[in-house]
Amino acid sequence: MDDSLRELYQEVILDHSKHPRHFGKLEHPTHTGQGYNPLCGDRVTVNLLVDKDGRIADVKFEGKGCAISQASASLMTDMIAGRTVAQAEKLMGGFINLVKGETVKGLDEDDRERLDVMAGVSAFPMRVKCATLAWHTMKSALEGGDAAASP
Amino acid sequence: MTAQGKIDTAFDPMAARVDFPILSKQIYGKPLVYLDNGASAQKPRQVLDAMRDFASSEYANVHRGVHYLSAAATDRYEAARRTVQKFLNAGSEDEIVFTKGGTEAINLVAYSYLMPRIQPGDEIVLTVMEHHSNIVPWHFLRERNGAVLKWVDVRDDGSLDIEALDAAIGPKTKLVAVAHISNVLGTLTPLKEIAARAHAKGVPVLADGCQGAVHEIVDVRDLDVDFYALTGHKLYGPTGIGVLYAKKAHLKAMRPFNGGGEMIREVTRDAVTYADPPARFEAGTPPIIESVGLAAALDYMNSFDRVAVKAHEHDLLTYAREGVRQFNWLRVIGDAPGKASILSFEADGMHAHDLATILDREGVAVRAGHHCAQPLMERFGVASTTRASFALYNTRQEVDVMLAALAKARKILG
Repeated sequence: MDDSLRELYQEVILDHSKHPRHFGKLEHPTHTGQGYNPLCGDRVTVNLLVDKDGRIADVKFEGKGCAISQASASLMTDMIAGRTVAQAEKLMGGFINLVKGETVKGLDEDDRERLDVMAGVSAFPMRVKCATLAWHTMKSALEGGDAAASP
Repeated sequence: MTAQGKIDTAFDPMAARVDFPILSKQIYGKPLVYLDNGASAQKPRQVLDAMRDFASSEYANVHRGVHYLSAAATDRYEAARRTVQKFLNAGSEDEIVFTKGGTEAINLVAYSYLMPRIQPGDEIVLTVMEHHSNIVPWHFLRERNGAVLKWVDVRDDGSLDIEALDAAIGPKTKLVAVAHISNVLGTLTPLKEIAARAHAKGVPVLADGCQGAVHEIVDVRDLDVDFYALTGHKLYGPTGIGVLYAKKAHLKAMRPFNGGGEMIREVTRDAVTYADPPARFEAGTPPIIESVGLAAALDYMNSFDRVAVKAHEHDLLTYAREGVRQFNWLRVIGDAPGKASILSFEADGMHAHDLATILDREGVAVRAGHHCAQPLMERFGVASTTRASFALYNTRQEVDVMLAALAKARKILG
């Protein structure tokens, strides 16, 4: 098989997409974001519960999408849960560098290693938007663009 | 009939393939299998050469100068109009308006024909399988003029129920807007019957012929539609040019949409009078080189026995349709009788974009997404589909490559 395909659709990605973590509804989110990819019609909703210390106490996502977007959303929620908003945004910066094939800045080794499963996306420029959809949605939720409820 | 064997039609796709330079291209080291013809068709050298030759030897602006080249270019531009007229069997070349594409052709009808005739509460009847280009212009009239969009459903096999459409046409209906062939389902609509039913109630019909003109032999006088929109680039011609066919009486009664050079009779400080159709609707410098390319494309299509080409495309569709039956994880959307060579499907647990990415790495170009037909996606309860759309230059062997690539995708993603 094509190496870049194997890299893109590696086990971890397929596992995340078939058994997404943090998938479902969040009862009382403080922040909600709706993401939409007009290219494919995919939608994702990211719900976050941010406590008064600015920590993401809980996060869940819902939606339908391709393996890349689902895996990315699953990985994202898995990684940002328990972190501060500032840390989540920093992680997002590094992730976007990674899937665009740019130099990754500001990530510690553990995070870099975990995100690295998505690095194969950089060989598929048409799919970068799939990978970043959930992250942009998370950011817009945190920025209160369409927050469901204010803390 | 076998994959490699000769198909029992008079058309030889292998001979036609030679005309398309891009078809010999390799993608990721694999032969290109181009099955995204519904989005845009590839161009034969006859079209590319005609455009280059014209631009190299006869080009100038049209309808303006008195000089030699302007006269030559005008002749070619107007000759292209007559080529389109014959292609559609329109009664007069004055019924052929060049636009920048199919979308602009439909928008022209929306703005110039329908908008002045719409009162709040008036209805526009359309089907759920329309392309966004035959939906959004009508939404504009809903937003601005209070028009009501009346949607006609399709059956589960993608076919159109003429009785349902007929029932939707009421006393307030001002237009029926319907695709000749669905870009997703491949469904061929009974345009002649639709026009007869609508006309019986005094309602005009617009046909979106962007796919229809490719796969059907169109006779607008026989169909008796009021408007027929098509685009050049799906007809093996260039981008940037389309056509609105409209009955002369409609064009004469329509106000211009774009204002500018070329479309006037006289302009003073206080007033303006307009040129007769079709010039009235062709403000500014038109797509001149593209008109020559479009004419060459239509000549190219007519260089074959088009009935035989249709039979060939139908054979590819049947062969592919049978081929995908082996995949019990794949569901075809659109099985209407007599449909055109467009095959849309969804796959269990596999998103269209993932499928298309894997097919791409096998050299197979298909479309994945909502195909600018979101109401139809909603109708069938899917977010997106994968679509293979066949052109005259495709072969059974290419269908086999697609089937093998689908099996591979299942292995990777399954």
